[in-house]
Amino acid sequence: MSADLSSLEEKILNDYQRDFPLEPRPYDRIAGCVGITEEELLETLGNLQNRNVVSRVGAVVKPQTVGASTLAAMKVPKNRLREVAEIVNSFEAVNHNYEREHSLNLWFVVTAPDEQGVKDVLKEIENQTGLKVIDLPLVTSFHIDLGFDLKW
Amino acid sequence: MVIDGTDERLLGALADGLPLCPRPYDEVGRWLGLSEGQVLSRLRRLISTGVVKRFGVIVRHRELGYRANAMVVWDVPDQLLPGLAHKAIQFDCVTLCYERPRRQPDWPYNLFCMIHGKDRKTVRRQLDRLNRQTGLQDCPHDILFSGQCFKQKGARYHAAPELKCGAA
Repeated sequence: MSADLSSLEEKILNDYQRDFPLEPRPYDRIAGCVGITEEELLETLGNLQNRNVVSRVGAVVKPQTVGASTLAAMKVPKNRLREVAEIVNSFEAVNHNYEREHSLNLWFVVTAPDEQGVKDVLKEIENQTGLKVIDLPLVTSFHIDLGFDLKW
Repeated sequence: MVIDGTDERLLGALADGLPLCPRPYDEVGRWLGLSEGQVLSRLRRLISTGVVKRFGVIVRHRELGYRANAMVVWDVPDQLLPGLAHKAIQFDCVTLCYERPRRQPDWPYNLFCMIHGKDRKTVRRQLDRLNRQTGLQDCPHDILFSGQCFKQKGARYHAAPELKCGAA
């Protein structure tokens, strides 16, 4: 589905990916800025969420400041891709899981309270799938994520 | 900075998103046994100290029509990596940039950039420019476009309570 955004939706998405109002009634503040009521704004955001355009209003946490995480990759035979992806998905610690076009074709992020927790999940995925998991933990992050510019 | 257990619980509570109700911070506070003011001051501190890089609406690129999502990787000499990474992040198309370890023989690359674009042609064009202007073209590289997305949600560092906007 490609999103047909109204100009109002586009403005909300462009302006509030960062610096979300930190005050008791943030949605009321945003509504005032874009010229609608708080109720209409909440409805618009709920609607964007139902259409899967918006994941959530939330915090992007700097890697390695809270808990531990890693990027992991697997070489999965094509005919097992869906089955293995489902096993990987079944772990609550997995938050992103993508197919990529490469011999290492399944890529996912594992997040846990500590490093041992991450290693345990990777080991368990290896056990349950019989496939090797390549562990690519972050060494350095060079980019501050400022959100996504809709005007590209 | 030091993050305490309450900060972790707060971030955990936000993993499913700030509730869509008139007093969302009050609602989150109720789940955690904090006042609205305490939730707000903790969030402000987490943001000002850089633990939270960004607080706001998190969009899904694909549904916005940015269907080509490429992970571009290079094998860069270790000592040149920070300089090249800093050049790469000057490009608007680069949304994330990381150093990660090589894992020979399976994985020879140590520099990772995410590039999002409307289509593959655009992404390849952006990558060509980036490669030429940074000097990264001389390093072995590969481009991994994403296929199916099997899962995408907020990171869960901690068990989160049920996140509903209750009438309570």
